[in-house]
Amino acid sequence: MFSHLILGLRSAGLPSSITEYLTLMGAMKAGVADYSVEDFYYLARATLVKDERHLDKFDRVFGACFKGLEAPEGVKVQELPEEWLRKLAEKMLSPEEMAKIEAMGGFDALMKRLQELLAEQKSRHQGGSKWIGTAGTSPFGAYGANPEGVRIGQDKSRNRTAVKVWDKREFKDLDDTVELGTRGMKLALRRLRRFARQGAATELDLPDTIRSTAKNAGSLDLKMVPERHNNVKVLMLFDIGGSMDDHVKLTEELFSAVRTEFKHLEYYYFHNCPYERVWKNNRRRHEEVIPTWQVLRTYGPDYKLIIVGDGAMSPYEITMAGGSVEHWNEEAGTVWIDRLKGHYRRAAWLNPTPKQSWGHVRSINMLNDMMEGRMFPLTVNGIDDMTRELSR
Amino acid sequence: MSGFKSTDKYIASRDLEVAVNAAVSLQRPLLVKGEPGTGKTVLAHEVAQSLGMPLIEWHIKSTTKAQQGLYEYDAVSRLRDGQLGDERVRDIGNYIVKGKLWEAFESEQQVLVLIDEIDKADIEFPNDLLLELDRMQFFVYETRKTIAAIHRPIVIITSNNEKELPDAFLRRCFFHYIRFPDRETMEMIVQTHYPDIRKDLAREALNVFFQVREVPGLKKKPATSELLDWLKLLMVEDLPVEALRANEKHVVIPPLHGALLKNEQDVHLFERLAFLARRGG
Repeated sequence: MFSHLILGLRSAGLPSSITEYLTLMGAMKAGVADYSVEDFYYLARATLVKDERHLDKFDRVFGACFKGLEAPEGVKVQELPEEWLRKLAEKMLSPEEMAKIEAMGGFDALMKRLQELLAEQKSRHQGGSKWIGTAGTSPFGAYGANPEGVRIGQDKSRNRTAVKVWDKREFKDLDDTVELGTRGMKLALRRLRRFARQGAATELDLPDTIRSTAKNAGSLDLKMVPERHNNVKVLMLFDIGGSMDDHVKLTEELFSAVRTEFKHLEYYYFHNCPYERVWKNNRRRHEEVIPTWQVLRTYGPDYKLIIVGDGAMSPYEITMAGGSVEHWNEEAGTVWIDRLKGHYRRAAWLNPTPKQSWGHVRSINMLNDMMEGRMFPLTVNGIDDMTRELSR
Repeated sequence: MSGFKSTDKYIASRDLEVAVNAAVSLQRPLLVKGEPGTGKTVLAHEVAQSLGMPLIEWHIKSTTKAQQGLYEYDAVSRLRDGQLGDERVRDIGNYIVKGKLWEAFESEQQVLVLIDEIDKADIEFPNDLLLELDRMQFFVYETRKTIAAIHRPIVIITSNNEKELPDAFLRRCFFHYIRFPDRETMEMIVQTHYPDIRKDLAREALNVFFQVREVPGLKKKPATSELLDWLKLLMVEDLPVEALRANEKHVVIPPLHGALLKNEQDVHLFERLAFLARRGG
């Protein structure tokens, strides 16, 4: 019944499945939406969207699928005082147009026809040339092209209809357009997991208990060990803007993959080369900068550092103080990279450009040398190599 | 159908009501996400109350395992009892400790289970509960018995988004994202919690509150629960409204800021801003 909605969602990249579609059907059958368009929208949203990042996409697809299907406004239209319509029409129409209306039988005839239509019309309508609705050539409805057009149903009266709710697109901020197909990366990153026993001893250590009990001449001596936890900690620095724009999709895939894989994940952004400041929210990069020193202090050497960037820049941006294209940096990029490298024993650089082309770019060679060859291409294989290097 | 509606203590938006009712009538878990302090946990309490069901809360910690929600086998007591020659030791069932979900499945009445802050647990936690939440039954290996729910409980799961949840898990849930309330809704929320608050105090306090939220670089933006605590403090202290109004010109530290700002970096940030404002003004 609503298969075009789910197909639309899937082609927009939402991971909605048949199961969820059937759930929606079940909920409709159970009468949850109660014949209200707005409730149906909410229900469909609760069923088909499972992540706030996808809410905006959902709103767009929903709007496209059900365009013109918004709540019938017949009731409201009928309440419009005839006086008001007449006035509006008189104000809007030119003398020739008035003459045309006369040809149709005069204003009263027009009003009568309107009333007939209102009675006859069962649903909201868009386009076409007879029914009341929007954007048509019928004499009635909004945005019409008919010279006899009467504006009905827009602006204020629409405020409370469902279409308004999804047209608002309130979730735009949360959409980070993460593409699917990050499974390969996730599996590659999984290698970084490191299980260690840490914290309070809560698990029974069976071999040790048996050994100590035997030693104790059979009287029970319990031994406990702490539980195993995945305690890998990852700090990521993302190059953003400029030449990285070409690699946005790949970087986003990586980002969404690391988000699922690690519990202790911190990330910051920088531009071209890490200097004395990084930021967390790219839109507010100038207001909300965080000193790199603070990052170094906050996240200890037990974090693994992964820098993601194409490394394509002028060599001065790396070697010279004040070489940054964005601001005056007191200390050169090399100083900061050395500092990061010195603090984080396990560090690597992921580069989204193909490995073959690295040789042609001087700054990439310099960075690779500075990272002691720990620069890897941002491919599944590259991530695999990197995780092996980082977990050594 | 008697659905869930806003109560006199909890303001629920229409979309939240629809999501809750869908979860209730289809008996599938409802996953609720949102900023900390927007009333995710309170929602479960309110739903339980309005549907007249007992609430079973399962708070998740980083050490919680899925198995603990079902049952635990207390091998240690059995070993001890075995040494002491206790008769109970012959029946392994004596050493099975029931978990929260078992409790819910066994209940004679339909109950509401709250799985609070599921993202705190290990990555595998949601996957380990897939089948149990889908079929509402599980198998006890030690006693070779299957425990099935008498009445499928209503499950509400909250998440603070610290970790992403696996797709297979999400597919089985309804989802609702609680947005941060706008000013109008916030006024209603304040009204329902403190009906006798002075109008001018509430207005000024909300001004300050939304101003504080606007300040860039805050580590933890104050949310609804912080606002309510703060208002309560303001009411108890009976501060004059002027103490708040002074803030309109520059940013200064709001009185009793301890309820709003929850870490020292944020307080420092405010002190710095206040210092700059004094120097500038």
